[in-house]
Amino acid sequence: MATIASALSRPTSLNGVWSWITTVDHKRIGILYGVTAFIFFLIGGLEAMLMRLQLARPEQSLVGPDEFNQLFTMHGTTMIFLAIMPLSAAFFNYLVPLMIGARDVAFPRLNAFSYWVFLAGGIMLNLSWLGGAPNSGWFGYAPLTSSAFSVGNGVDWWVLSLQVLGIASLASAFNFIVTILNMRAPGMSLFRMPVFIWMTLITAFLLIFAFPVITVALVELMFDRNFGTNFFVASAGGDPILWQHLFWIFGHPEVYILILPAMGIVSEILPTFSRKPLFGYPFIVFSGIVIGFMGWAVWSHHMFTVGLGPIANAAFTITTMAIAVPTGVKIFNWIGTMWGGSIQLKTPMLFAIGFLFLFIIGGLSGVMHSISPSDAQQQDTYFVVAHLHYVLFGGSIMGILGGIYYWFPKFSGRLMSEGLGKAHFWATFIGMNAAFFPMHFLGMDGMPRRIFTYESGMGWDLWNFVSSVGAIFLGISMLLFVYNAVRSWRKGELAGDDPWDARTLEWSMPSPPPIHNFDEIPIVRGRDAWWHQKRRRAVTAPVAGGSGESDGAHESIHLPSPSYMPLLAAIGISLAAYGVVLSYYLTAFGMFMTVASLYGWYMEPITASSEDEKH
Amino acid sequence: MVSRLFRLRVLALATLVSFAAFIGAACTPDHPQSTFDSMGPVAQRQEDLFVLIFIAALIVFLIVGGFLLFTVLKFRNRAGTPRQTHGNTRLEVILTIIPAIVLIIVAVPTISALFYIADPPSGEAVMDINVTGKQWFWNFEYPDAGVTTSNELHIPVGENIRATLRSDDVIHSFWIPKLAGKVDVIPTRANDMWFKADEVGVYWGQCAEFCGIAHAHMRFQVVVETQADFDAWVAKQAEPAAEPSSELAQRGHDLVTARGCIGCHTIDGIPGAVGTIGPNLTHVGSRTRIASGILERTPENVAAWLRDPQEAKPGNDMPNLNLSEDDISALVAYLDGLK
Ligand code: HEC
Ligand SMILES: [Cu+2]
Ligand SMILES: [Cu+2]
Repeated sequence: MATIASALSRPTSLNGVWSWITTVDHKRIGILYGVTAFIFFLIGGLEAMLMRLQLARPEQSLVGPDEFNQLFTMHGTTMIFLAIMPLSAAFFNYLVPLMIGARDVAFPRLNAFSYWVFLAGGIMLNLSWLGGAPNSGWFGYAPLTSSAFSVGNGVDWWVLSLQVLGIASLASAFNFIVTILNMRAPGMSLFRMPVFIWMTLITAFLLIFAFPVITVALVELMFDRNFGTNFFVASAGGDPILWQHLFWIFGHPEVYILILPAMGIVSEILPTFSRKPLFGYPFIVFSGIVIGFMGWAVWSHHMFTVGLGPIANAAFTITTMAIAVPTGVKIFNWIGTMWGGSIQLKTPMLFAIGFLFLFIIGGLSGVMHSISPSDAQQQDTYFVVAHLHYVLFGGSIMGILGGIYYWFPKFSGRLMSEGLGKAHFWATFIGMNAAFFPMHFLGMDGMPRRIFTYESGMGWDLWNFVSSVGAIFLGISMLLFVYNAVRSWRKGELAGDDPWDARTLEWSMPSPPPIHNFDEIPIVRGRDAWWHQKRRRAVTAPVAGGSGESDGAHESIHLPSPSYMPLLAAIGISLAAYGVVLSYYLTAFGMFMTVASLYGWYMEPITASSEDEKH
Repeated sequence: MVSRLFRLRVLALATLVSFAAFIGAACTPDHPQSTFDSMGPVAQRQEDLFVLIFIAALIVFLIVGGFLLFTVLKFRNRAGTPRQTHGNTRLEVILTIIPAIVLIIVAVPTISALFYIADPPSGEAVMDINVTGKQWFWNFEYPDAGVTTSNELHIPVGENIRATLRSDDVIHSFWIPKLAGKVDVIPTRANDMWFKADEVGVYWGQCAEFCGIAHAHMRFQVVVETQADFDAWVAKQAEPAAEPSSELAQRGHDLVTARGCIGCHTIDGIPGAVGTIGPNLTHVGSRTRIASGILERTPENVAAWLRDPQEAKPGNDMPNLNLSEDDISALVAYLDGLK
């Protein structure tokens, strides 16, 4: 096995495809994450548009019931695991080291590994279309997922790809926790960190606690389906409600995993374009932490109709209502940030304000859902679909799009077109409301979710039609964004280091940043370090609380070298997963490949010496 | 600025008007599953609570959303570098406490409604019904009368009903929007729910939990009738299947056994007709709809169903039996007589 390490000479090229494949540079990995996740986002969007076409009129048969079930299963799974989470990860990757004043993440190769494993999981999930995609919903309720009710391999691919994706999420969560805790520039105490870093940290902690729960549930489901166990098989005495508890103990924190990064992004955009510091920084940070804790105490609000009894429902009603308080605190503070500022309505700011507006609606419909007695009427109707899209599209996606507009100049060196950006914002804002607002009406009018068709005469025709038109419009509006991004990347106006007159450290360096990020590790004397540095304020605050190494004298900077090992290990893991369905020999081979690459990984030095390069 | 505020007001007004229009429209009979047209105390309690929360949420939305827009418009492009304020602890504490108080106030009617819908009022008479959700239709059993039927639930007006919900396959959810919010139907469990209908009429219900390929087609009807009508209905249902009344129907009667229908369907009175894979057909001719509510029970529809059950309800568990047209018309005649 040791030969693996020596058989492959260390990759050295800094340009071309191979340099991307072997890269361990957090900025490149961030871009890989972002582009890949955006492609999955477009695929998930296409799935949604197909469903909306089918539902535009009553009793259509554009897609049949089984295809429809596959579409909504894949749409949900894709948007959550392959679009929003990795889009957030793209921001973590690109920005965390820049914002805390570090040269890379703590474990650069592990970072590359996370990306490749994520890509492998995403490909695996989507390849399932070839033989029948999973069709039991992204929530995979037992016993519908058991082999008696879900024949074929769709559910197996779903289970396996989620396991693979879980590895990617866990690895990157650990990486960011260590990076944030250990590599901050001198003077950057925890309470001087940008709020985006705080939200990243909380998200990473949620990930490492939430994913093991779904992992256990998925392992049990895999055993039920493949090895004859009966964890969830009701006919053999298994407990289908156990699945729901496990799934939602993961699933509710997952909601915050999806929204906290966008909240962090918005917390960076609002101060910059209001030209004012974030209002109530400690309140925003603490409310984020409180949400992180309370997020574990509300899962059964997804199970109000399961029959847990009035006492349990009362308890979860109250905890769920209570979680609205820290969320409200954030909203007040964001508005407070703008109050008294000088608001520049640039595209990123429009998206941030759009986020606030839509998130208020989604938050309020969430509170309405928390009222369990009346929720018995809305549960599993289109009202929920409306709510979750206000939170995940209006919240997460609007925040993420705003973040892309905001940091695009940093990672491409060029500005995106403002005109196209604004057009995109308004098209998205209008399309999103046209698509999702009528769903509130449909839900109150008794339309259940996950039905592939409906009779006319239910009173649902009009709003379904409006919603479908809105959804198609929304889908098309994304093309504006793609066009703008591609064009600006190639020939947009040059951005310069700090086009927005921003406040945090990433704007202190050239755009795009040099491979080593900082020529000199900055010294931080307060929040919004760059803003104060620019204004040459005589800040006398002590430099206290950083956790990384400062480089003292100007020695040469050692950066980690590119490596094949993360990619090879990721391929090994995905082969092992494919093998569970295809052949256990493949599993054995995949595991061997993983172990061998991890060994090679362990044996190779982080930074290749010049001798290595001579091989 | 003025015109902008004016436009905002118009926008807010338009939102309110469209909401009001929607709620008004949702009460008309062509919204058979509207949750704004409650016909019984449980649904009414849920609707009242919803309206209360909705009004509270709307007020919060208008205040916070309005304040957000006002802030954006007021401070747009203000010249100069603004004062770098960092926060105001007192204000923030107040703004934390106010929503907490609002929520505590809302919690009171919530908890009281929660216990109200959990059990029928104690001391009042209750009629028990056993509901079984199956992929993809419903069976209803009246344990006191010893009657079983499918897809069409009959209940007497003004009587408290307690439904015990069971499933032998996957999870379904039992929901009659105008009478009561949903309760899940879960294998390994027997969930209870109660409801009461205040007016005679026919109400639609639908499975609300995704349960597989024909989930969209898993509907049912609730026929609320006077006590006298209900008693007559029960008496009729307790009888065995009617004897065929014509030669054609007689042939249909024989085919039911010959073509193996009885392996899946129960027909009281026919030896061996005890199948439970499909709905109970003993009195199928008394029902207004077939295939869990999706087809009206006209002779043409029953014939079409027998010709190919997969056409109207893709994926359901009744296979295409390749019946000849002669057999189909005989079966239709027989089934029609099963009043
Ligand atoms: C393999 C089992 C099976 C066989 C054999 C079978 N059926 Fe069915 N049948 C079903 C199922 C299951 C349903 C319920 C379909 C649904 O609504 O999901 C059904 C529904 C029906 C219905 C509609 C009942 C209602 O109230 O909704 C009629 C009528 C019917 N079958 C007649 C027949 C006749 C006549 C035959 C013989 C020629 C027959 N079936 C043979 C399984 C079967
Ligand atoms: Cu939740
Ligand atoms: Cu269903």
